[in-house]
Amino acid sequence: MSDIVLSAHGIRKSYYKNELEVPVLRGVDVDVVRGKVTALVGRSGSGKSTLMHILATLDVPDAGEVHFGGRRIDNASRRTRDAFRNDQIGIIFQFYHLLPELSALENVLAPTMIGCSLRDYFRNRKETRRRAEAMLDRVGLLHRATHKPSELSGGEMQRTAIARSLMNKPTLLLADEPTGNLDTETGQDILRLLRGLNQDDGLTICMITHDDAIATNADICHRMKDGQLMQTPRRVKAVA
Amino acid sequence: MYRWLLCFRYLRTRYIALASIISVTLGVATLIVVNAVMSGFSAEMHERLHGLASDILIESYASGGLPNPEYHVDEIRKVVGDDLAGASVSVHVPAMLGIEHAGQVITRHVQLVGIDSATYDKVSHFGRYLIHPNNRDEVRFDLREAGYDADREEFPIAGWQYRRRKAIETKLIEQERQRAEQIAKRYEALQAPSAADQSSAADHLPADDELDFGFADDTGLSAGPRFMDGPTIGQNVPAELSGGGANEASVFDPATEQYAGIILGISTCSTKWRDADGNVRDTYYARPGDDVRMMFPSASDNPKILNQRFTVVDLYESGMSEYDSTFAFVPLDKLQELRQMIDPQTGVRSITTIQLKLAADADLNAVRDRLRQRFPAEVYAMNIQTWRDMQGPLLAAVQLETTILNILLFLIIAVAGFGILATFFMIVVEKTRDIGTLKALGASGSGVMSIFLSYGLLLGIVGSGVGLLGGLIFVHYINDIAGVIERITGQEVFDPTVYYFSEIPTIISPLTLVWVMAGAIAIAVMASVLPALRAARMHPVAALRFE
Repeated sequence: MSDIVLSAHGIRKSYYKNELEVPVLRGVDVDVVRGKVTALVGRSGSGKSTLMHILATLDVPDAGEVHFGGRRIDNASRRTRDAFRNDQIGIIFQFYHLLPELSALENVLAPTMIGCSLRDYFRNRKETRRRAEAMLDRVGLLHRATHKPSELSGGEMQRTAIARSLMNKPTLLLADEPTGNLDTETGQDILRLLRGLNQDDGLTICMITHDDAIATNADICHRMKDGQLMQTPRRVKAVA
Repeated sequence: MYRWLLCFRYLRTRYIALASIISVTLGVATLIVVNAVMSGFSAEMHERLHGLASDILIESYASGGLPNPEYHVDEIRKVVGDDLAGASVSVHVPAMLGIEHAGQVITRHVQLVGIDSATYDKVSHFGRYLIHPNNRDEVRFDLREAGYDADREEFPIAGWQYRRRKAIETKLIEQERQRAEQIAKRYEALQAPSAADQSSAADHLPADDELDFGFADDTGLSAGPRFMDGPTIGQNVPAELSGGGANEASVFDPATEQYAGIILGISTCSTKWRDADGNVRDTYYARPGDDVRMMFPSASDNPKILNQRFTVVDLYESGMSEYDSTFAFVPLDKLQELRQMIDPQTGVRSITTIQLKLAADADLNAVRDRLRQRFPAEVYAMNIQTWRDMQGPLLAAVQLETTILNILLFLIIAVAGFGILATFFMIVVEKTRDIGTLKALGASGSGVMSIFLSYGLLLGIVGSGVGLLGGLIFVHYINDIAGVIERITGQEVFDPTVYYFSEIPTIISPLTLVWVMAGAIAIAVMASVLPALRAARMHPVAALRFE
């Protein structure tokens, strides 16, 4: 079972609208396997985004448990969860969520700046900077390093976001509709990049999408509907 | 790390926040300017009040004063010890000053002070306010030849040269008057034999006076010399008060002799006025070289009014109108003699006031209390005060003004704090998604909070720093700025006929600067606490979804 990086069991989550309980997740079990691309497919409102937020410890489930590397993290202290998000996982979003005041390079540096103290940062700043440049180079954006997000195209912003998510060498990359805001061609570029990261660096990726075409490209595909996983995971491709 | 990077970036990109701290900037600048001017004013005032008053003043209630001052000074020296830096005894007496000017007598009520010129300058800043430069170094009650205009360009001719000229003029006028009188007498003699014309002769008598006044008018511009040699002070003073005898006057030669010297406060014998061009000018009713009269009570139990002539030997200008318009100084010996304060049997002299100067670091109030213990009010008819006690109401008023102004201006900065609060809430709302992003990247609530607190701190530092700079520049050029305002509005900001300093005095105290800066920065930080807390408590998912 050491192959499973992140596992969630019996996750339930409801929202309340005017004291009316709106269940979003009704007992979801999901495992993310190391070195694989896992896709969660579902239409909007199926609860896939909520599930991802719970997996990323951005939100807390009403019931159920989330384990990361054998350790329960959903009820861990705020500090532990902050540290977990910072070093263990990388997250990319549909709307990129780059900080508009910072240049592309500074955005990539942000997780490291958040993760270490001022002193540590200054001690290692040259090395950190080189690593950030390497990350930007990896996504093909080194020539745009000093540009602000407002000067970048959607695809470039998403590449920057990917570089940022890789900055702290995460075990797992969580992607929330990474192509949702891009045209098909640019989206394909992003997917190729993610696939490349998975194949070349062995990065574990958990991707959420509403696009079946993208989902079919994943190693493992979970289909979600009305807050539940529809069926047991389907292996799209034979495991290499 | 990221917090500083972010708040520096916010500072550079969010101009609305800079706008919100302009009020802090203005508040800080105003506080600095007001405090500088207020402390400049009060320091100048303290300096001048203190300058004349000496440190501790011991006054006797009795009109006859305190006999045997040497004994008292010795006793004081025993009580005060090493703190005593100097002591001077003097006689203070209320008096009426009579100045003859343009055929009229101007009377002023003054405080006549008999001073010991050797020690008086040591206990108070007396000499430095005198007009003649030589008197500043060493006070002398002898009229000087000239040089009273050393520091003031428009000062009229004064001193012996003026006195001699006036004496000659007076003599000539007197000769002319006598000649006219003789002509009148001869004319009268011609008319006398005819008894029928007696009434017409009577008609002619007033003509003498007219003739007489004619001379007076001609020379009236040079300070009415007609009245200078006569024993009478003029029609306005009763004969019994005019003092001096006709014989004495005939012996006294004003061209070479002077009466006892007197130093007048400049406002007792001059007025400031403005000519048609708006320039400030002085008119002197008496100047060094002129003779004036002093009327004051004798020291006996049954006081009589004494009337004495003095020759003005110098003028005194401290810049404190209260002092300049009330004091007149004469030699102590002369005043004691005139007021009969010398015991005819023992020759012991009396004084009314002892002024003490203490060492620079002495505690005035403690010394005063020790002296009060030694000379209890029930036994000794003495009033012992420090100069602060004497000017208490004035000093307290200035202190109150400063305090209230400071409170008001700090309230202005506090109001600016609410502006910062509102702006910060706006910025936090605007930055909601970024806050969500930071939290998703692993930033803690306290980290996010510290971004906004640092931002508040930074804004406070920038705002109050600019205010500090602006305030200091304003204070540095305050006189030029006052000049510009004068030119624009036509209203004189600092009227030299009212204030005796021609420039606005300012003192910048570093401690005040530190307090003002610290206060302003604290207010900016406090105003950012609530928005920062709101940012820290934001739910990351809600923040990320925020549109």
